[in-house]
Amino acid sequence: MTSPRKASSPAPPGTTAGPTADSPASGPAPADITAVPLRHPGRWVASAVVAVLFAMLVHSLVSNPRFQWHVVGHYLFSEQILRGLWATVYLTVIAMAIGIVGGAALAVMRLSPNPLLGGAAWLYTWFFRGTPVLVQLLFWSFISAVYPRLSLGVPFGPEFVHGSANQFISIFTAAILGLGLNEAAYMSEIVRAGILSVDPGQNEAALALGMPRGLLMRRIVLPQAMRVIIPPTGNETISMLKTTSLVSVISFTEILYAAQAVYARTYQTIPLLIVASIWYLALTSLLTVGQYYLERRYGRGVAARGATPPQKLRALMTSLRAPDSSGAR
Amino acid sequence: MTEPVVPMVKAEGVRKSFGAHRVLRGIDLEVAPGEVTCLIGRSGSGKTTFLRCINHLEKISGGRLSVDGELVGYRQRGDKVYELHDRDIARKRAEIGMVFQRFNLFPHMTALQNVVEAPVRVKKEPRASVVERAAALLERVGLGGRASFYPSQLSGGQQQRVAIARALAMQPKLLLFDEPTSALDPELVGEVLDVMRGLAADGMTMVVVTHEMGFAREVGDNLVFMDGGVIVESGAPREVLSNPTDERLRTFLSKVL
Repeated sequence: MTSPRKASSPAPPGTTAGPTADSPASGPAPADITAVPLRHPGRWVASAVVAVLFAMLVHSLVSNPRFQWHVVGHYLFSEQILRGLWATVYLTVIAMAIGIVGGAALAVMRLSPNPLLGGAAWLYTWFFRGTPVLVQLLFWSFISAVYPRLSLGVPFGPEFVHGSANQFISIFTAAILGLGLNEAAYMSEIVRAGILSVDPGQNEAALALGMPRGLLMRRIVLPQAMRVIIPPTGNETISMLKTTSLVSVISFTEILYAAQAVYARTYQTIPLLIVASIWYLALTSLLTVGQYYLERRYGRGVAARGATPPQKLRALMTSLRAPDSSGAR
Repeated sequence: MTEPVVPMVKAEGVRKSFGAHRVLRGIDLEVAPGEVTCLIGRSGSGKTTFLRCINHLEKISGGRLSVDGELVGYRQRGDKVYELHDRDIARKRAEIGMVFQRFNLFPHMTALQNVVEAPVRVKKEPRASVVERAAALLERVGLGGRASFYPSQLSGGQQQRVAIARALAMQPKLLLFDEPTSALDPELVGEVLDVMRGLAADGMTMVVVTHEMGFAREVGDNLVFMDGGVIVESGAPREVLSNPTDERLRTFLSKVL
């Protein structure tokens, strides 16, 4: 894959030294430099300080009985916690799905020549980005106070379905709406930036080939916009994973609420918060890996693609096992 | 000379303004099938704008412009003219190839994928036969061994040749070139002009905006000099280049030759 780059690589450094050695002013070739390396005492001191601080942290984590690691171990895989974990995962997935689809739609509206569509998208973003997501979640959970009765039908005309708001908007729906609609506002800006980052020449080339708008967007613009869209979207997903903890205030049982439910009973507050934190860290680590591979996929044709870390590791293992053929694949 | 051949491009008093800025002030031009027409002129003379009007990348503000006997961007029924739907405009564009100054290859696709994309997605041709044709086209522009390379791994000249193959894959009846060699290093210009020369020899109808006077003289059937949004002089290239009558053309030629 990298062969064309190799072919154009510059000549080895030895050859560039040639002309200077040949210049008439110089006598015999200069010897290699054997200078005393510069010392960096500051770095050594800083390293020592960091090492001591780290040792203190580890020591306290291990030796402080109040962390109650046996309680952490006991609850880490308990059924109640795992059920909360699962709720956190699907809440994140659904809210991000709403956010991405809604954000893409809002971004296309913002970029449309129709001022009404553009204005509506702008207003949406202004409102949902301008109020705290916690407030929005509370609003959705109390929606029946504002609209006690919801119905579906012709505007100002007959109704087909109707019922009480509490019946339609459960705590789960309120959580999904609160998180998803808020996320759409942020995603719309990310998608818009991605679309605007694509060279206008790409549009023209696709139009000149006779591509209709939809195909042009799907095959040419969005795949290129992805390169710009994915890193902040990964960031948003990680952020969303943790923001789902807010829905515990409307009594939706995700992992934090599950942990709170346990310590409300047992008073083992700290170990259960640690349990929740461990799971959050595990999930964000997983997402980071996923993001790496997504970026790789959409970077093709633009970024030089080296080996993935697992491939590098495998190559290293092979070279260690067969030291004679260290350069071979 | 009076055979009833429908001109491939026919412009009658074509005007185009960007706001108050009048870029084209009445262009009259005919391009016969199989002919190579070269447009020359200073930058800002309107030649690129006129080229972009031919496949409706720019909408004309006045006059009449038709390709192969059909109005560009409009439909005439009786004495009324209707705007075309985006879909119909796209269908007409698919019959006209365009090659850009800055290549505009799709960077996320390999050379082969660039060539295959439109015939498969726009014309809905079976992929297998398109891939075969695309490989042959890449071979023809001298890039048979580069099919799996991404544009970023190709030189400017190679990218432009892929762009030509991409346009040819749609089997267009007309090819538009917008300064195809202006963004290239001097030593890469020749390879692109060679491909274009081959196309002209095969009878492809081409409209070429260019600064390559040698190419215009040797390959062009018709040379058009534009200035200030109008055609100042046109005719057989040798004639126009060796006996320029207009002062503006003389000045222009003294600078580029």
